[in-house]
Amino acid sequence: MSLLTSLARLRALDEGIAQPIATVRHCHLAARPMVFVPLKLSGEAAAPLAAMLGTDRDRPRLLVVTQPRNRDLRFAWAAELAGVLLPYVEGFLHRTETVERRNADPYERAVDAPQIVVPNQAGVGFVRLLGRSMRFRRADGPWPVPESVPLLGRWLTYFGERAAYPGSSLMPAMTEELGRHWASGQSGLEDANLAALLAWITTGPSDDAEDPLIWPPAGPATDPGFDAEVLAPAMESGSPERVTEALRTQLEPTWGLMWQAIDLLAGLEAGAGVASRWEQDRGSFSGMAAHIAEGAPPQPRRDGAVAAAAKLARMERAQAAYDVQRAYDDPLVMAEYRLTGEAFAGEVVDTDPGNTEGEGRSRKLRPIVVIKTDDPVRLAPGASLGTPQRRGQGAELVSAGDGLVTVKITKGMGRGRTAAPGAVPEIGERVCYTSLTDEFQGSPALPDAEATPWTHGGPPQEYVPDDEDAQEEWS
Amino acid sequence: MSGLKREGDHAHRLEALRGTTPQQPHDARAIAALAANPGCARRALMDGAGVDKDAAARHLGFPAPFGQSPFAITRGNVFEALVKADGCAELLRMLRELLGLTVAEVAYHDVENVGAHLRHAHTRTLIDRAARDGHDAGTLYDHPLLSLEIAGHTAYLEPDVVAFQLGGRFHIVEIKSFAVIDGQADPSAVAAAARQAAVYVLALRTLLEELGHDPLKVSHDVVLVCPENFANRPVASLVDVRRQLAVLRRQLTRMTSLDRLLEELPEDLTFDLRPDEDGRPTRPVAELGDALRRTTARYAPDCLSTCDMCFFCRDEARQEGASDLLGRQVRDELGGVASVTEALGLADGTRDPAEGQEEIARLLRNAERLRGECLA
Ligand code: SF4
Repeated sequence: MSLLTSLARLRALDEGIAQPIATVRHCHLAARPMVFVPLKLSGEAAAPLAAMLGTDRDRPRLLVVTQPRNRDLRFAWAAELAGVLLPYVEGFLHRTETVERRNADPYERAVDAPQIVVPNQAGVGFVRLLGRSMRFRRADGPWPVPESVPLLGRWLTYFGERAAYPGSSLMPAMTEELGRHWASGQSGLEDANLAALLAWITTGPSDDAEDPLIWPPAGPATDPGFDAEVLAPAMESGSPERVTEALRTQLEPTWGLMWQAIDLLAGLEAGAGVASRWEQDRGSFSGMAAHIAEGAPPQPRRDGAVAAAAKLARMERAQAAYDVQRAYDDPLVMAEYRLTGEAFAGEVVDTDPGNTEGEGRSRKLRPIVVIKTDDPVRLAPGASLGTPQRRGQGAELVSAGDGLVTVKITKGMGRGRTAAPGAVPEIGERVCYTSLTDEFQGSPALPDAEATPWTHGGPPQEYVPDDEDAQEEWS
Repeated sequence: MSGLKREGDHAHRLEALRGTTPQQPHDARAIAALAANPGCARRALMDGAGVDKDAAARHLGFPAPFGQSPFAITRGNVFEALVKADGCAELLRMLRELLGLTVAEVAYHDVENVGAHLRHAHTRTLIDRAARDGHDAGTLYDHPLLSLEIAGHTAYLEPDVVAFQLGGRFHIVEIKSFAVIDGQADPSAVAAAARQAAVYVLALRTLLEELGHDPLKVSHDVVLVCPENFANRPVASLVDVRRQLAVLRRQLTRMTSLDRLLEELPEDLTFDLRPDEDGRPTRPVAELGDALRRTTARYAPDCLSTCDMCFFCRDEARQEGASDLLGRQVRDELGGVASVTEALGLADGTRDPAEGQEEIARLLRNAERLRGECLA
C-alpha cells in the first residue's frame, strides 16, 4: 500500500465513505460473466456444500449437496456443476482468430473468453482445491465418475491458477477488484468481507455488514452459528428441501452483492491496457483448450523445479508490466510514482523543437522540453523516460532543479530533420514523464525441463496419474 | 515499598481486578494467543487476572465474532479418534517412518486411566521415570496433563496431545484436522498449530526442569499430524517451533511482571462482572466499560481474529479516531501519526507539523495535492 492509498483510507474514514484510488477500471469485465458463489462444509478441505451460479442475475442456479458426507451425492453435485460451467467455458471456443507469431507457427485464439467471478480470495482457493479433488478422477475403473467431472477439475485448476497471474481477468475475486479501485475506511483484513466493503463504497460503513444474520458470509466458509442452528438440524431432518432452502438463504444475499459490484465496476471506463491484458487471457485460455484437446494429462500435483522457477519468473514480469501499465493508464496510479519522485508532471514552459546534437552525418534531432513541476523529482540526469501522453516516445532527463525539469526527446519524434507534427509538446501543455517503462524483458535463461539439474530433482517425469489418483478418497 | 509487599500486592491486585467472577482457566490456545498482541496492556491485565474476556465482551454488547461449526468439531474428533485408535497404532506407524524409529516394541500409557484428579501427578511420575531410565524404548503418553505458571496462577493444559519419548528425547505430538494437500497446508493454520505446540513444549520442559532433568530433552521439533489430501488418512510432519517458543517465553515474562501496569491503575479498579447465582453478569455495562477504558489497549485489525475483546476495542479506536483502525501498514506509513484528524490536518495544511513530523507532513501534503489534482 502506498502513502497515497493510506491517505485515501484516512479520508474515507473521516468522511464515512470510500474514496476512489483509480480513475479508470483496470480489469476486464465480460459481457456475460459467470458469477460463481461456492460454499464448503466447515472443517473439510474441499467438501462442496452448495453453489449459486449463472450468467443471468435474475435466474441463478442453486446446486446443493444435501448430505455433504455422501460421496455419491458429492460427485453428482460435481457433475451438475460441470453441466453448467463446461458449456459456458466451451462456448467460447467456437469463434477464433488466427494469430501470426514471429519464430513460431500461427495459432488460433478465441475472440472472447470466459470470465468466472468469485466473491473473494478464499473463493479462488476453494476453486483450486475443487479442481484438485476432481481432475484425477476417472470415468472407468473401480470408482467411476461422470466423464465431465475430471474435465471440470482441469478447468477449475486452470482458472484457480490463472487467478494468481497479475492482471488476469479470467477469474477475478470481487473484493480484490473493488479494493483496487476504492479505498475504504477500514483495514485490508476487513475489506475481505464483500458486504462490508460494498457498504463502504455505496452508502457508508454499516455494522449490519458484519452481522451474519443480515449478511451471511460470502463463502466459501459458512457462518458457524448458521451451521449449528439451521444447517445441522436441517440435515438431521433428512429433508433435502429443507437443506436446500437453508442454503439458499445464505447464498442469495451474496448473489445480489456480486451483481451490484459488477455494476459498480462497469460504471468505470476501462483503462487503455485492459484490452491487451484480456488478449493475453484469451491466448492463455486457448492454449489450455488446445492442451486438453490434444489429450495431454491433467496438471501435475506439483510443478517440477524448472517449471516452478519459470512460472515465478513469468509472474514477476507480469506483475512489473501490470504495475507500469496501470500507471500509464491512470493518472491517480501514476501519482504514486510522482510522490516517490520516479515520475513528475507539470506544464511545458519552454521548448526547442529543432535542437540537434552532434555534427555532420551523426547529427541527431533532440528536441528539448522544459517543464515546470511541483513534484519532488528524484531522477538523475541521463535517466531514460517515457510519457503516457506519447506512448511510443522516449526521452532523457537533462537537468532538474528549482521546479524546472529539462528533458530531451530521444525517440519516437519522426525520422525527418524536424520533429513530426505533434511529437513535441506545445508550451502550455500538461505532460508527465516517468522512469517506469514497460520494456519487454527477455525471460531468464532457465534450462529446458529435460535439462533440470540433479540439484533440483533432475528432469521431471511427465505426470501420469495412476489408479490411486483416480480412487483417492474424497471424504 | 518493599519487595515483599509488592509481591503480595501483586497477587492481591489481580484478584481484585477479577473480583467475584470465577477464574477463567487458560488452555493452550489461550496461552498461545497471548503472544499475538504482546504490547497490549488491557489484554495482559485481563489475562493476568484470569478474567473471562469472552463473557466480558458479551456483557458489554460486543460479543466476539468467533464460533466453531459443529461440523468442524465433529470432523476434528473423528480424526483424532482415528489417529489414536487401537492404542495409537496409526500414530506409531507414522512415527516409525518420520523419526526413523527402529524399535519394534512401543509402550503405550494412557494417563487418563487414573482419573482426572490424579492425572497431573501421574503424568509427573511417568515422565520422571522415563527421563531417569533413559533407556531406548519408545513410549507414548496419551492424555497427559501438563501445567504452566501464568502470572501466578497454574494453568492446566489438557492436550489432545501425546508426549512421545524415544532414546531419552520427548516429542510433542499435535493432532489437527486441517488437510495437507500435495504437501501444502494453510499457512495460518500451521502457524496456529505451531504456537499451540510451543506451549506444550514449554510446559513439558518446565516439568523436566522441576524434576531435575535436562529440559532440552524435549525436542523443539514437534510432530504435526494432519489428514492428507481429501481423505482421512493421517500424515505426520516435523515442525520446528523454536521461534514460537522464544515469543512465548518473552510474553510470559512480561505477564509475570505486571507490577508496573498495576501500579498505574487506580486502587479500586475492578473488571468484576458480579455474576449472580446463575452466573449472569450484573455489573452495570457502562461501569464495566469505563473500568476497561482505564487500561490502555493497543488495537490492531489482527485482534479481530485473536482476541475476544476485539469489537469493544475497535469501537473505542473508532471513537478516538485512531489510525490503528486501518492496519499496521497504514500506521507504519504514517510514521507515528496516531490520529486520523491529525494526519488529515497535516495533509491539508490546517495543522503545523510537530517536531519530527516535518518529513511525514511534507509527504502527506504532497499526496493531498496529487489526489486533488488527479480527481479534479
Ligand atoms: S482486542 Fe483489545 S484487549 Fe484484545 S489484544 Fe486487541 S487491543 Fe488488546
